[in-house]
Amino acid sequence: MKETTQTSETSGTKMLLTMTGIGVICALLIVLSFQGTLPRIEQLKAEALEKAIFKVVPGMVSKRTFRMESDGSLTEVSGKEKDARLVYAGYDAEGKLVGVAVEAAGMGFADVIKILYGYDPAKEAVVGFYVLESKETPGLGDKIEKDAAFLANFEALDVALSEDKSKTKNTVVAVKQGKKQNNWEVDGITGATISSRAIGNILGTSTAEMAPVLYKNKDFFEVKKGQ
Amino acid sequence: MSQLTKDKAGDGFWGDLANSPSTNEFLKGLWKENPVFVQVLGMCPTLAVTNTAMNGLAMGLATTFVLLMSNILISSLRNVIPKQVRIASYLLIIATFVTMTDYAIQAISVDLSKALGAFISLIVVNCQILGRAEAFASKNTVGKSILDALGMGSGFIIALLCLGTVREILGNGSIFGIPVFPNSFQEWVIMILPPGGFFTLAMWLMLFNYQKQKKAAV
Repeated sequence: MKETTQTSETSGTKMLLTMTGIGVICALLIVLSFQGTLPRIEQLKAEALEKAIFKVVPGMVSKRTFRMESDGSLTEVSGKEKDARLVYAGYDAEGKLVGVAVEAAGMGFADVIKILYGYDPAKEAVVGFYVLESKETPGLGDKIEKDAAFLANFEALDVALSEDKSKTKNTVVAVKQGKKQNNWEVDGITGATISSRAIGNILGTSTAEMAPVLYKNKDFFEVKKGQ
Repeated sequence: MSQLTKDKAGDGFWGDLANSPSTNEFLKGLWKENPVFVQVLGMCPTLAVTNTAMNGLAMGLATTFVLLMSNILISSLRNVIPKQVRIASYLLIIATFVTMTDYAIQAISVDLSKALGAFISLIVVNCQILGRAEAFASKNTVGKSILDALGMGSGFIIALLCLGTVREILGNGSIFGIPVFPNSFQEWVIMILPPGGFFTLAMWLMLFNYQKQKKAAV
């Protein structure tokens, strides 16, 4: 009886040592591979975002990044900033503003959907749309990424401002497939009802907040270019 | 594919090769103990990510890598790890390699990590990997464990490719993204949804068992 207690005691120390040893080795391996892949992963993500920005603002050839402060003012920043709300202004070859790319997110069917859309202050419309991140059901919900008819909604989605330019005249909203009456409505997808409605809501919330701010600053985007 | 593996386990050149003990460690994973079609292990990734051939291949390669690395480490530590904490140690080791694989895939391609998503992390609980650690690597030399991991991994890749190819052809009209049907082909969307995974798996299992029965009858 006494002997068994002793053996279990010694093996207890051994167990602890083994687990700690393995834990240290594993932690080292994870840290090394994390550090080793981090620059490449960040570069790939930045490239993907860059590509998406040029996709959602048609006709842009150069880009400048602005950070949005909590009071709605904008500051130009270079490179990436963590935990900041960034908007990306796109310019054509003559340096004229052709649109602003804005990130937005909201709950979809499976998980949070992250999108990027282009806003053109001259047309007061959403001119481009791209899904950055989504876990929607393959074959059904993920049609929001590739359904041609659905994507056509975002070639010129009306987000015109009210008279005093303080808010959008109409809020973007998703309707049933084929029921689109007005330019600010998003024609949904049968078989991806929840996902397409989610996109409508995300755009509605984001444009209601961002369109007035971006419109107000449309000259600011241009002015800075001269410096 | 079934013809090929049948030859490997049968007689002739492949049979001789299969009968030598070291190659047997490798070949058993392909046919006699195929992780998916015979052992029916690791069903979660098998059913979930085989909606296209490419996803199946990537998942198979990722799993094989984790299986190989964890088998090597576990078999080299097999005399050090006390019996009572072996499962915890195995899981720790497997989880480490899964995390490394996850980072590697993110570094290879954004689209690939988007497609495989949560399923890479789930390799940790793939019972096939834990099963090989417990049943093989913890009792055999490093060399044998490497062969075992490569064999089982290859068997897993083949199985995922079998499922992924069928599901992609029927559900999307393409193989590895290359269209094989004219535009008029109406895709069977159900094949890339979860039920399609079960249907396809059932059909492959039927085929395998039919072959096995026929062989036993002879």
